[in-house]
Amino acid sequence: MNTIVWQKVDQKVKETIPFLFTFILVLISIIPIRVPGYTEIAPVFPLISIYHWAIYRPTLLPLWAVFILGILYDLLSGVPLGLYTLVFLSVYGIVVSQRRFIIGKSFLIYWLGYGIIALGAALESWFIASVWYASLLNLQSIFFQYLLSFGIFPIVAWISLRLQQAFFRQEPDAPGQ
Amino acid sequence: MEFRPSTLLRVAAPLRSLAQRFMYVSLIVLSFGLMLVGKIDVVLIDHLRAEVTNVAAPVLAALSRPASSISNGFDKLRALMYLREENARLLEENTKLRQWVYVARRLHTENTTLQSLLHSVADPKPKFVTARIIAGTMGSISNTFVINAGSEDGVGKGQPVLSDKGFVGRIVAVSKNSARILLATDINSRIPVILESTRTRALMVGGNMERPRLIHLPPGAQITSSERIVTSGHGGVFPPGLPVGLVASVNDVSVEVQLFTDYHLIEFVRIADFGVNGFVDLLSLKNKVGGSASKEK
Repeated sequence: MNTIVWQKVDQKVKETIPFLFTFILVLISIIPIRVPGYTEIAPVFPLISIYHWAIYRPTLLPLWAVFILGILYDLLSGVPLGLYTLVFLSVYGIVVSQRRFIIGKSFLIYWLGYGIIALGAALESWFIASVWYASLLNLQSIFFQYLLSFGIFPIVAWISLRLQQAFFRQEPDAPGQ
Repeated sequence: MEFRPSTLLRVAAPLRSLAQRFMYVSLIVLSFGLMLVGKIDVVLIDHLRAEVTNVAAPVLAALSRPASSISNGFDKLRALMYLREENARLLEENTKLRQWVYVARRLHTENTTLQSLLHSVADPKPKFVTARIIAGTMGSISNTFVINAGSEDGVGKGQPVLSDKGFVGRIVAVSKNSARILLATDINSRIPVILESTRTRALMVGGNMERPRLIHLPPGAQITSSERIVTSGHGGVFPPGLPVGLVASVNDVSVEVQLFTDYHLIEFVRIADFGVNGFVDLLSLKNKVGGSASKEK
């Protein structure tokens, strides 16, 4: 086999990394951790990864991949099918259209941007679920879930940035560079 | 050198963005469509969910092990911190329990004698399957656990799930090697219960909150705080007498229940097969209705 074919295979394999990483985060979100009070407010980890790739490499996590991740999250976590699919898609759409405000800026802006987007996503999920069940659901645990995910953001974002720098170095534009 | 897009690119770029936008809108519409399908055909979505969960189950089981050992470590640390208090509490409890053993032995003998006198029909003995919780979500949107036992292990839809302390929930979806438990706190959960001392019937409903509530209480029912609640067996879905919880608070608006089971601490659950088959199987019902309708034709 010649090197060009191998390079292409290598490229294709690399391109699945953002999807696989986000999928692992889907699984991590639903793994039971027996710490009192944690499970109610377990963050939706894939949202952080979707936010990251939508800003820095939207081509590596295309629209259909976000859709599939949403479906998988809905099916595995037991929430109404389509709920987080809608949330993921809307986050992706908004972030891709607004990425120029965050790209190339400091880590703090990148973090704050997530704070705004995730708050919107939390309220959206609460609203859709309330309509679905036709009753006003408890907003409190959704709010604490949001706060926890805001706090955990730097860890997941840092891993995403490392992955990006390790595998997709060619194109510059990670924050803080 | 300045980058100048070629003519082709100048035409193609807007087209591409148009296609992207079209795809975006159609995926959003598709998600709404899926939600509608989920509202209309619950059985189909449950089936799909069970199958996808079944595929992911081995990975989840593997991932949940390190998570579990981390939690075990925390538990050990906590246990070490409260060793002295815990020991004193256990000694006290042990004294109380010893008295109860005498009472229980006496009642047991009396009960067997009376039952043999009356030729009373014994309740069916349940078969238990023990399984590990490999995934789970709790909170405002859904409250379900996934376990690593399925139809191959004898787990069936509608069976009650118990922990060492009491009622956990019921099985809502089963596939080959995994099953999903609907917790008693979920908004879809409805459990017929009875207050142990007053024999007042009620329905325990979840609301995606920490504590489920009692509804359909008979008018003028006297309910006191910390009264024991067990399953009533009405409706034939669950056997009677499974311990559920205590009345936590009573006020004008609602009666809240504190469950015996702490969902945060359980790692293993028992799925009980009492041979009670009162659970309405939607699929077979559909076939039956369809069958009788075609006969009438």
